[in-house]
Amino acid sequence: MDAVVVRSLSKSFGKGAARRDALKNVSLQIPAGSMTALIGPDGAGKTTLLRLLAGILMPVAEEIRVLDHPLPKGALALQGQIGYMPQRFGLYEDLTVEENLNLFADLHSIPRKMREGRFAELLTMTALGPFRKRRAGQLSGGMKQKLGLACTLIHPPQLLLLDEASVGVDPISRRELWSIIHQQVVSQNVTVLLSTAYMDEAERCDHVILLHEGEILAQGNPVQLAAPLQGHAFVLENIPTAPRNLQANIAQLPGVVDVVIQGDGLRIVMEQAGPPVLPGKLAVYGTPKAVPARLEDAFVSLLFSRSPHHSIPLPPQRDTAHDDAAVVEVKDLSRYFGAFAAVKNVSFSVRKGEIFGLLGANGAGKSTTFRMLCGLLPSSSGTLRVAGVDLRTATAAARARIGYVSQKFSLYGSLSVQQNLSFFAAAYGLEKQHKQDRMAWALEELELKDYTTMNAGSLPLGYQQRLALACALMHEPSILFLDEPTSGVDPLARREFWARVNALAEGGTTCLVTTHFMEEAEYCDHLVLMSLGEILAQGTPTEIKERVRRPDRPKPSMEDAFISLIEEHEQTSRRAS
Amino acid sequence: MKVMRLSGLMRKEVYEILRDPSSIAIAFVLPLVLLLIFGYGVSLDARHISMAEVVDHPTQLTASFLAELQRSPWFRPSIYPDQASAEQALLHGRADAILWLRSDFTRLSYSSGSAPIHLTVNGVDANQARIIENYVNGTWRLWLQQEAARQGTHLATPVVADTRVWFNPALRSRDYLIPGLIAIIMTLIGALLTALVVAREWERGTMEGIMVTPVGKTEILLGKLVPYFVMGMGGMMMSTAMAVFLFDVPLRGSLLVLFGTGALFLLTALGMGLVISVLARSQFVAAMVAIVTTFLPAFILSGFLFDIRSMPQVIQVLTHIVAARYFVTVLQSTFLAGDIWPVILRNGLGMAILCMFFLGIALLRFRKRLD
Repeated sequence: MDAVVVRSLSKSFGKGAARRDALKNVSLQIPAGSMTALIGPDGAGKTTLLRLLAGILMPVAEEIRVLDHPLPKGALALQGQIGYMPQRFGLYEDLTVEENLNLFADLHSIPRKMREGRFAELLTMTALGPFRKRRAGQLSGGMKQKLGLACTLIHPPQLLLLDEASVGVDPISRRELWSIIHQQVVSQNVTVLLSTAYMDEAERCDHVILLHEGEILAQGNPVQLAAPLQGHAFVLENIPTAPRNLQANIAQLPGVVDVVIQGDGLRIVMEQAGPPVLPGKLAVYGTPKAVPARLEDAFVSLLFSRSPHHSIPLPPQRDTAHDDAAVVEVKDLSRYFGAFAAVKNVSFSVRKGEIFGLLGANGAGKSTTFRMLCGLLPSSSGTLRVAGVDLRTATAAARARIGYVSQKFSLYGSLSVQQNLSFFAAAYGLEKQHKQDRMAWALEELELKDYTTMNAGSLPLGYQQRLALACALMHEPSILFLDEPTSGVDPLARREFWARVNALAEGGTTCLVTTHFMEEAEYCDHLVLMSLGEILAQGTPTEIKERVRRPDRPKPSMEDAFISLIEEHEQTSRRAS
Repeated sequence: MKVMRLSGLMRKEVYEILRDPSSIAIAFVLPLVLLLIFGYGVSLDARHISMAEVVDHPTQLTASFLAELQRSPWFRPSIYPDQASAEQALLHGRADAILWLRSDFTRLSYSSGSAPIHLTVNGVDANQARIIENYVNGTWRLWLQQEAARQGTHLATPVVADTRVWFNPALRSRDYLIPGLIAIIMTLIGALLTALVVAREWERGTMEGIMVTPVGKTEILLGKLVPYFVMGMGGMMMSTAMAVFLFDVPLRGSLLVLFGTGALFLLTALGMGLVISVLARSQFVAAMVAIVTTFLPAFILSGFLFDIRSMPQVIQVLTHIVAARYFVTVLQSTFLAGDIWPVILRNGLGMAILCMFFLGIALLRFRKRLD
């Protein structure tokens, strides 16, 4: 039996010229008791599809039946049988964990005597038992997500719709969330449809649907989807130095679809079956070894064939006058909000022209550290120097040496791309010819030319992020702060973004980046791993992974490193509090 | 509709109200401030009018007239040597009016039995100007009668006005402002606060989570309506108690009528709040729309501050869709006059129609959908 049957479903938003098709003639079937992943770039229509299936959008379709309820007529009856977790699950932050659970139990009319058992089960599963009386607003990001999941599982549902449930959650919480979801499928025979930006999550599902611009590009089980690419994937191992530079060079070779840094090597995906030929100087790195293709390869190459080749700019030669002087120095930096320590005794230093990463989950203290460095927030104690000064007290001229891309959308949504650039150029005091030159540079270099007259608010997410980068680069800062620039951005846009940051660093700009994507750590020269306001580890990616190498885990990933370090750390701190 | 779902939603709302200081501020602190401002600060009575007096030719008679003015609580007279300097005082705002007793004042009052006085009033504030004019007129006529009686002659006025002021004999503006203020406070809680809390649920994404549960739209709406109804009635009790015990406003009608019509008005205000929240999904827009379409009309077009009958015809017609207009009338008559059933029924009907209209629209337009 099929839990979901959809025939030629379309959905558009807006009227007239502003009309935008979110879904075009989508047909799909999801068998009961299966687990299906919805993947695709931003704006592909994943959220719209999930909302339509939850009965909270008006569909235009030949047929749309969910759990045998025809929509939109059967929406109310359907909503008693499904669990839906929106991207931002709306917990009532003023209510405690228990009160939130009680509210959803009330809404699903669960008799009082049955509740205690179910609550105990869910609280054990989510490890939220000790926080029953804590207000939802005071939980960490990962705990909120788990509580949201617990609220949607309260009745328990026959169909679970999850919209990017694990975005912005630390690896441990992500693992916990995933095991809860998996358990539902196995033991309760729940049908699950989830959208995700993590390819490893999609790979664990029975069925994968790839959406692109409102259409289904491909669907099937992960192995099937990756099958056509067998023989296309290669690994170049043991690269002695500068994997980023080599990566950029290989990406320029003909026939190369995708190159990513993986461990201390590079993973290469080719357009045609057969290994890449490394010309001239590159030959010294050896011959790439064939490896099995994976879902991500299929994803990237399918989208690659759809859209024009994004020529990743080749970094200019690093200036030889590269000095090792520290441009950012932080010593014993702390920041308290009331009694809560957001940042505790953090020390690190960043050298000129390197990519420096701050890694950690939401609430680890990355953004707070960043705001202090940028002079937006005073520190409670400790010293910090950015380009030799404390930006909190420095002059405007000193501040002009930094660029800042914030976590949230901070452009003017109702101004066009051109107008945003012009505004930021003016705000940094660029004049006449210089301003014209920089604006032309930004449109050219960040490939925004086709969008000059479009409003920033209606740009696709990946382009908004490019524009934000362009605005921060108008005045050619020597230090660039990027606060979770890749949050919520799809794998393709993320690759492109890192290629740009790479190019900037090669050109001598120091880049400080925060991220909660563990695999992005590989792009950094140095990084610190943060959790609950403290630094767990710092060093090069290799050094950090080295710390958790064990005989049974000869090649730990950054995620492995994070999880074991955090668990080690928790023994002492979280349990103690 | 299920009692469990509804009570769950209402319990949630109560926790939120109790734990969120901003809703307490709008529901109780803001009304308190308004009551204190209107109770102690604002007065539409003209008192202590600075009167510039110019006497061309002082005699016993002019002194007697000026003494009469001096005795009045309304005036604070000061003597100026000539008209020019008095005009200067008026221009600089040191005086509100000029009273000029010309050189022929004494002569004319003896010969014709009537004494002309010359009054110049600062007419920028038309309301105050009219009040000054009336006060001076009244004082003058009173003095004329007394003078005539003293001299044993009868004054040749054909009609003498013998004024009785009903309902508010002391003519305290506070006594009719404070009852009207109750309507403003209930608009604040019913429309503004309700529109804000629903918009907040859209903004925080909690509405999306609630929608994908078997809860019906009547339950969602009632879950908002009931807690804020209770809160609004609480605000009304607080305001009534303050009016009667702190500001000594007489309450001549029955509490039953007062709270009965109050409940009807509050439902209307809640209906408006819910309609706004269906249309506006951000707190900023909801606040702006609520202030412009509910709060300001209740302030300006309800007869609370400004008399509806003196408004232009078009605006007068427009006031009929302002629910506060009906309630302000009922409030003023219930407090100052008593239970006047024709007034209560007529205005109650107006409120009932608007109430059904707004609640009906809210119920019709609210959808368990995002688009």
